[in-house]
Amino acid sequence: MASRLLALWDWFDSRMPSVAEEWRKHAAEYYAPKNFNFWYFFGALSLLVLVIQIVSGIFLTMNYKPDAALAFGSVEYIMRDVPGGWIIRYIHSTGASAFFIVVYLHMLRGLLYGSYKEPRELVWIFGVLIYLTLMGEAFFGYLLPWGQMSYWGAQVIVNLFGTIPFVGPDLALWIRGDYVVSDATLNRFFALHVIALPLVLLGLVVAHVLALHDVGSNNPDGVEIKKRKDAHGRPVDGIPFHPYYTVKDTVGAVVFLAIFCAVLFFAPEMGGYFLENNNFIPANPLLTPEHIAPVWYFTPYYSILRAVPPLFNSQFPGVLAMGVAVLAFFFLPWLDRAPVKSIRYRGPYWKGALAVFVVVFLVLGYLGVKPTTVWGQFADPLDILDTKDRATWVARVCSILYFAFFVLMPWYTARDKVKPVPDRVTM
Amino acid sequence: MRTRALQRLLAALLWAPATLLGAQAGYPLDSAPIDPRDLVSLQSGARTFVNYCLNCHGAQYMRYNRLEDLGLTESQIRDNLMFAADKVGETMKVVMSAQDGKSWFGVPPPDLSVIARSRGADWLYTYLRTFYRDENAASGWNNAVFPNVAMPHVLWQLQGVRAYEVVAHADEAGHASVQRGWKPLAPGTLDTVQYDRTVRDLVNFLVFVGEPAAQSRKAIGIVVLFVLGVLFVLAYAMKKAFWKDIR
Repeated sequence: MASRLLALWDWFDSRMPSVAEEWRKHAAEYYAPKNFNFWYFFGALSLLVLVIQIVSGIFLTMNYKPDAALAFGSVEYIMRDVPGGWIIRYIHSTGASAFFIVVYLHMLRGLLYGSYKEPRELVWIFGVLIYLTLMGEAFFGYLLPWGQMSYWGAQVIVNLFGTIPFVGPDLALWIRGDYVVSDATLNRFFALHVIALPLVLLGLVVAHVLALHDVGSNNPDGVEIKKRKDAHGRPVDGIPFHPYYTVKDTVGAVVFLAIFCAVLFFAPEMGGYFLENNNFIPANPLLTPEHIAPVWYFTPYYSILRAVPPLFNSQFPGVLAMGVAVLAFFFLPWLDRAPVKSIRYRGPYWKGALAVFVVVFLVLGYLGVKPTTVWGQFADPLDILDTKDRATWVARVCSILYFAFFVLMPWYTARDKVKPVPDRVTM
Repeated sequence: MRTRALQRLLAALLWAPATLLGAQAGYPLDSAPIDPRDLVSLQSGARTFVNYCLNCHGAQYMRYNRLEDLGLTESQIRDNLMFAADKVGETMKVVMSAQDGKSWFGVPPPDLSVIARSRGADWLYTYLRTFYRDENAASGWNNAVFPNVAMPHVLWQLQGVRAYEVVAHADEAGHASVQRGWKPLAPGTLDTVQYDRTVRDLVNFLVFVGEPAAQSRKAIGIVVLFVLGVLFVLAYAMKKAFWKDIR
């Protein structure tokens, strides 16, 4: 039996040797630094979540109806009458939030260890493109259950494009395909969600991994392992991705799946953050909900949007700030002037700036899910402020700090005191 | 003297968030003492639901035969709970049209399939127990949790008729507080404890209707987590074995 299989493999391999070659190139003989720590699980986990979303998504489309009159009911049909339907639906809804959690942690890893720095600028750029595509994918997908939050969230986001001077209103109309979010919008968002953006996403993921494997992985020490090679030309601090990291990532995947399943089976709504309560009310174009909050993964940017005061009665400055806040990540490799990569050998300026950035990102995210009145109002005896909501002012300070992290980066990274980087990785 | 001041400060600190929340949410919600595994309660809730709610509200995504999950047989469902449908595989649709509902109440009564998921059990439990007589309202009824609600007090014969008074007053320190008073006007067929239990059962049932798979979900979850636990031990041992000479 075994010899038969081996003979079959030889037959295949002699006709298509590129399969074995790619396997060697990207797994068996891809040398990754041996000192990966906890933070290095999240790349592989992002890939795992992508697969989970694609597979569960395929099964959802078998029963979902992209029709304004039927969509909400078809989701409930999946939840009640389709055998195992509720598992598939909860996998997909939990997966959406899980995707952003692992991607945010993956990005934070990049910041911690300078993974975007030379020679990995392209890896980083493809990564930010993946993040942008993922945001689009999540936004289009969120309309599909056709609940109140789906509907009004889409209405709000599309209207953001409407604030762009001159072309805005026409652009918003073009995106919706109607004067309000409607059946036409639902149909095109369905098309974009199930085929267009997943294709882009897959292409970008391939580019991200190929670009990574060309330059090699960074590591928690920020040391280039390719600089020291043995007699066979292999990095002395590198180990083959397979089997070392395939078995290690398997452990990470099992732990991740345990947390994922704990949410899926015991708290699929996650207190209203993964599945919002208002989204169990069918979309009603005539009834605007009192408080429209986007899903948690967009809220840092939503906070920035709300924090920027309107100019000449236009919300465009806020929209612009929100856009710049996302796009700023692209420029990181050139904004960071530090001679070392890893936070382990960086000085207090960078450590402080990164800590402030992470806190600010979390605070903005928290404020984005709450109404601006969440922290009450302060007294303003002179009555000169445009708003007395404390939360808005905190969001404004946080927004300024958010942008300061990027804008001042060339200055504080160039002046930071760095420690000497060792020749080889430390375990 | 100083301890008094301290005590007052402490009390103010403790109460401040509560009053803020109260001011935002209006009437304070009671916690619903529901138990999704109590089949007797769920069956009693189903009875109340079809007798009182299903006349105006549907549960259009819920099938009658799904009530078998509550320990009922098909014939029990057909004989006791199906007034508005012929086949046990049908969904709990309402006979009244949405248009009639709109002209009679101002808004069509919402479908209750997932009402427990949008409103929450506590809200429903409090809402159904806080109707009061209000001669100014179109239906003659008003509600403390949902002011000016279009729905009349359907369970009034059970609970009786009550009046509701809100008195706002400020204490010497300037802290505003609200005193809510209920005054019985006419007794119902149930006493307070019985009525609360009836509403509890109804809310229990609505939570079940909101997600009929909820109980099996948790049961499957325990098995899945156990399997993942075993898998973790194996995966971890495998990782250790492969990595033993990497240092």
